[in-house]
Amino acid sequence: MHSFPIYLLVMAGITYLIRMLPLVLIKKKIKNKFLISFLYYIPYTVLAVMTVPAIFYSTESSVSAAVGFAVAVVLALCKRSLLTVAALSSVAVFAVEWIMTLVR
Amino acid sequence: MKEHNSFLKGIIDGMPICLGYLSVAFAFGIFSVDSGLAIWETLLISMTNVTSAGQLAAVPIIVGGGTLIELAVAQLVINLRYALMSVSLSQKLGKSINLLDRFIIAFVNTDEVFAVASEKDGTVGKKYMFGLILMPYLGWSIGTLVGAAAGNILPAAVVSALGIAIYGMFVAIVVPVMKTNRRCLVCVLFAIALSCAFRYLPYLSAVPSGFTVIICAVAASALFAVIAPVKIEEGEENA
Repeated sequence: MHSFPIYLLVMAGITYLIRMLPLVLIKKKIKNKFLISFLYYIPYTVLAVMTVPAIFYSTESSVSAAVGFAVAVVLALCKRSLLTVAALSSVAVFAVEWIMTLVR
Repeated sequence: MKEHNSFLKGIIDGMPICLGYLSVAFAFGIFSVDSGLAIWETLLISMTNVTSAGQLAAVPIIVGGGTLIELAVAQLVINLRYALMSVSLSQKLGKSINLLDRFIIAFVNTDEVFAVASEKDGTVGKKYMFGLILMPYLGWSIGTLVGAAAGNILPAAVVSALGIAIYGMFVAIVVPVMKTNRRCLVCVLFAIALSCAFRYLPYLSAVPSGFTVIICAVAASALFAVIAPVKIEEGEENA
């Protein structure tokens, strides 16, 4: 357990250094094939790992979350914008939970 | 070579990003305050980090009193992709951008800002880049503040529904690539299997969540970088 400013300093510092150092220092392109491939996969694996299974616990009920997840996947397959996918999956969750209160 | 250097054009190109960030930052604000952080702490995190996935992973670590190592390594691995984006973006910046400008632009080099800047033909100039990063930064900060402050007065059903918004955005980024790229599809499914194993299996579920993200993402990415390396052009285009 540390004080909040210490946590803030560490996370903001690391994040900024990651973005700043390459932009300021590196002018040549990366040639290492493993590194390029690794960095290519990283954003997708990170986001997927953060999303599943955590998304099923992001709302009041796993049922509404599952429906919201399904809606997001279908809209994403249709290549809808980030805003559309995020907003409509929220709407789906709201609708499912509203229906569940009626049924109860 | 053409250099895009209109401040107004940058603002216009940044507007859709700004609107997207408003809603996601709003959800982050709710999530953070809901997790136990203060409104001002939540706002400071957004204003100093400007990274959705990294911030989302950091909140449970901070609230749970995690170690600084755990926090630092989580940020490093989750945000490592920005290093490649910054490398790529450095080739894209025009002559009007000096060293000081690079220090400023790096601060708001998000996935979406990078994507928009990369799509431009030729190079991007100082005025254009400053216009491009301004609106997303404001959207991210204001959205966070409103979510953190108003999350308490919203009905529970609305808060619950918005809880999924940030994950919805992640789905919107990952799924289209899985659809068109078979290697990415298999790699992501493998990462998800690992993630579920760390959540539900005994012993593995005791690993702190910050490290789980790191272990699963690095293991899957490194494995597939070996067995299914991408073409150099592909890595640059899609990173």
